[in-house]
Parts: sequence; structure tokens; C-alpha cells
Amino acid sequence: MGYSPNTPEDIREMLAVIGAGSVEELFAPIPGELRAKSFQLPAGMSEFELWAVMREKAAAGGAEITPFIGGGIYDHIIPAAVGHLASRAEFYTAYTPYQPECSQGTLQALFEYQTAICRLTGLEASNGSLYDGGTAAAEAALMALRVTGRHSIVLDASVNPLHRGVVCEYLASVSAHVEQVDPKGCASDLERLMASITGETAAVMVQNPNFFGSVEDFSALAAKAHEQGALLIASCYPIALGLVLSPGEMGADIAVGEGQSLGNTLSFGGPYFGFIATRKRFIRNLPGRIVGETIDRQGRRGYVLTLQAREQHIKRHKATSNICSNQSLCALRGLMFTAALGKQGFQDLASLNFDKAEYAKSRLAGIEGVSVLNAGATFNEFTVSLGREAAPVVQSLLASGIAAGVPLGEYYPGMDHALVVTVTEKRTRSEIDRLAALVEEALCN
Amino acid sequence: MAKFFTKEHEWVEMDGTQATVGISEHAAHELGDITYVELPPIGKSVKQFDTLAGIESVKAASDIYAPVSGKVVQVNDKLEGAPELVNESALEAGWICKLEAADPAQIGSLMDAAAYAEFLKGLG
Repeated sequence: MGYSPNTPEDIREMLAVIGAGSVEELFAPIPGELRAKSFQLPAGMSEFELWAVMREKAAAGGAEITPFIGGGIYDHIIPAAVGHLASRAEFYTAYTPYQPECSQGTLQALFEYQTAICRLTGLEASNGSLYDGGTAAAEAALMALRVTGRHSIVLDASVNPLHRGVVCEYLASVSAHVEQVDPKGCASDLERLMASITGETAAVMVQNPNFFGSVEDFSALAAKAHEQGALLIASCYPIALGLVLSPGEMGADIAVGEGQSLGNTLSFGGPYFGFIATRKRFIRNLPGRIVGETIDRQGRRGYVLTLQAREQHIKRHKATSNICSNQSLCALRGLMFTAALGKQGFQDLASLNFDKAEYAKSRLAGIEGVSVLNAGATFNEFTVSLGREAAPVVQSLLASGIAAGVPLGEYYPGMDHALVVTVTEKRTRSEIDRLAALVEEALCN
Repeated sequence: MAKFFTKEHEWVEMDGTQATVGISEHAAHELGDITYVELPPIGKSVKQFDTLAGIESVKAASDIYAPVSGKVVQVNDKLEGAPELVNESALEAGWICKLEAADPAQIGSLMDAAAYAEFLKGLG
């Protein structure tokens, strides 16, 4: 099959077959207001010209900004091996391999990816990835509805607000009820979460560390959910799993999260990948592709897509999900990242994040008018009050090349003074000192 | 005891008000190697022809419909580890579940073995 656009002759031929006089006549049934007025495409460019344009756009996109922004997407190191391996032609197609006889490499890599996700989350079964953290959370909620046959989700409002938005949008479309439980300061309100679980609750959804950076232990909440026949869904930040309790260790039934931090570049917001893992007994309710290991007729090890009866090409509208796709290439970068670091390296990376964030926390807390709002432990992210509206302060620091954090006012009414600051392993001591100096200076004005 | 069949290829056998349900040999053959039977939860109430259980084979995934209204009182646990029993013995060892029938007279709306055999011929 060629990839060249239709020639005028092709178009004439096709119109003749279907009996339309012109392209205009073919599109005539589409109401005028829905038709594109103009595509306003610029004239074509030479390769050299295009490179210049792209360089200019890259520079304007914040390459010179030092980010202390997290909130779900994180600026981590990416070993050179990740880019090199992921760019190999054998992997460089994001589409799902249906044919095991010609896709063993990709299938094995996805199988290894699933293994890595299971080890990180402490659960038993992972799929081959989903689109992103938000849709993974929504798919987990839908899965809990299927597993329990119930129609209600208790949602901790200290889960990433963007992910909550996706969850609510999905659940509204299946007429499920979502009860959001406000946090208590910067912590999850465990008492109220527990009190909200009833015999109608399919699952409780929480996040660790939560959006304010607070590290939580949801073990008691998991036990309480199970008493009522409900599931615990834990969204997690993979890098933190090198240091904090995994969803599996807490008794969670489904773990989800945004996979970007595992070897994927920030790239203006995507593409990234989402992950989802669960206990073996719920595997038939997992959405999306699952790769399994098997043997062929000669007893040789091989890999295939498995349990496909859950999926839409077989079960149609009764499929576990109508996403049923994955983000193979981004997920493979995630696998390559974890493999490049190894278990010890992963734990070291997490410790480094924690240590640097603690340093930044102490520097910022030393500034007059600034106070740390997290009552307990944090990982590489924490919330400070600046004693005044945070958004303008963040805006003013951008001019000095520092993105100081995520102001919370937009997401949590009444928290205008609060700022979530993220410090990954990439931030140096001098960058952290500079952040503290600039914040102090801004607050003096 | 006599079995009665639905157009969706389930069978039901009544013992008083207890209805044993399975799928026909024709259905098992058409599905091919059965890999999984999604058994209904005990206590589940169904109306006649509602979805009762699910069945997956190497070729397809299908619903199993309730031949009569009732409440699930027993499931064939052996199918969890050996779904192939449905292929090997669709009418006996491969039964799916037992219902406490709400209205045993509903079998009157089903086909007996001879009528079902005719019905299958009609499907050609």
C-alpha cells in the first residue's frame, strides 16, 4: 500500500464508482456550520526551514526553565540506553501486535514490562499499558464496578484533580455515583473515607503520595473496604515505590498510575502511558491487552496476547473496556528505564529524590512567612504556604528561569496561598538554593 | 428426566422446582474448545432469558441465558478448573448451575429434544 495522497485522477475514479459528481457534492449533506471554513495551512517548507522553525519552538517551550513542578508529571533522568533501545526499528511502532508468529520481540518486551509493573506495585497481574494516568484511574473504577456489581465509588479528593476529572467523566457516562471526600489539611481524611464506605461501594480510590505530596498508609482503609466487600484502588507514583509501601503491600486490589516518570520525556504533555495492575483473581476484569507466556508445539517458550475474550474485537459492547489499546512504545521506555536502573538503582533514585526534597523543604521553611503544610512524611513533593497568593509569585519567578511549583488555588478553593514544590534527583543544591533565594526575595517585595 | 431447550441453545432439566442448566452439545461443538465458564454468583436472581452466565472459547465469548426464571442455588465448581467438561459432556458432567425455579411451568415455552433437533436442522 502506498502512502501518497490521492491524485486528481484517483479522486475522479472514486467519485465515479460511488456516483458523486464532485467532492463538494459528496460532502453536501454535512451542514455548512460543521464544515471547515479553511484549513489555513501555511505554504510548504524546505527541510532547512522546518528545522529552524522547530528549534525556535523548542527554545520557546521552556528549555531554559528549571522546573520544581510535579503534580503528576516529573522531570527525571533518562539513561541514554532508553532512547537508543526504544528507537530500534523493531520496537518503533506503537501498534499492538496481534500476530505472535511475527511479533515475538515486541510481545516479550511487553511481557517483561508487565513483570516490572507487577514488581513495582506489589500486585500479580498487569496489562500491556493504557493511555495515561487519568484514563488508567477511570478504567480501574469501571473495573471495580464490574467486579463487585455495585455502582458507587468513594474518591479521595487528594487524588490528582486532573485524574479525578477523568474518573468523574467516565463514571457519569455509566450513571455510577462518585462521592468525593475532602482532605484534612494536606492529608487524606481516613476517618471520613472509612465512614463513607457502605455495602453499595464498589471501591475507594486513593493516591500515594497524594496530590499535596503527603505519604500515606492506606492498609487500614483497605481492610475496612474489604470488610464491606469493596475494593481499594491505589494510584501511585512509580518512582516513589522505590521507598514507600507499594499498593500490594497496603492490601490494594488495583494499582494505577501515570507512567511518564519511567523513562519518558516531558514533551509538552505527552504521549505518556498509564499502568494498571491487579490481583490474579480479578485478571478477567482487567481492561486492554495482556501478553502471556506459553509454549509452542515443539515445547519452545513463546509469547501471545492472551485472555482476549475480554476485549472488544470479540466481546463487542460487553468488552471490559473500549480503550483496548495501549501505549506500547512509551511502556517499553518504562521497561527499559527500570531495567537500566535495576532494583538497587531504583531504590537509590528514590532515596535521592527524598533527600533533595527534604533539603529544599528545610530551605523554604527557613524563609519568613513560609510554612510547610504537610503534617507527616513526604517523598519528593511537599506543600508550602507562602502566606500570600502563590500564583503571582510563581509567575514572577518564571522571569528568573525558575518554575517554582504548582499553585493549589486553581484546584482547591481556599488554598490560594499553597504551592506544591517538587524536587527530583535532577535538581542540584545550587538550583534549590536559588529557588529559596528567589522565593525569599519575591516575598520581601 | 427430560431436557428442554431454548433457541439460544441452553438446556434445562426440572426436578420439582429445581432446574439444572447447561448448554447443548450443538452449542459446545460450535464454540470449540471452551477455556472459561463465568459462573453466576449463588443467590443471583434471573428472569427467563436474562443473562445467567458467560462462556469463553478459543473462538468466541458468549452469554448463557436463563431457560427459566429463578434464583441460583448451586454452581458446577468443577468447571473452574476443568472448563473442557462442557465440551466432553455438555448434557451431563458439564452442567453450569442449578436454579430454584420461580415458575416451573415456563418449560412449556421451550422445545423438547425432538423439537430442538428439528430446530437445529432448520439452522442448516
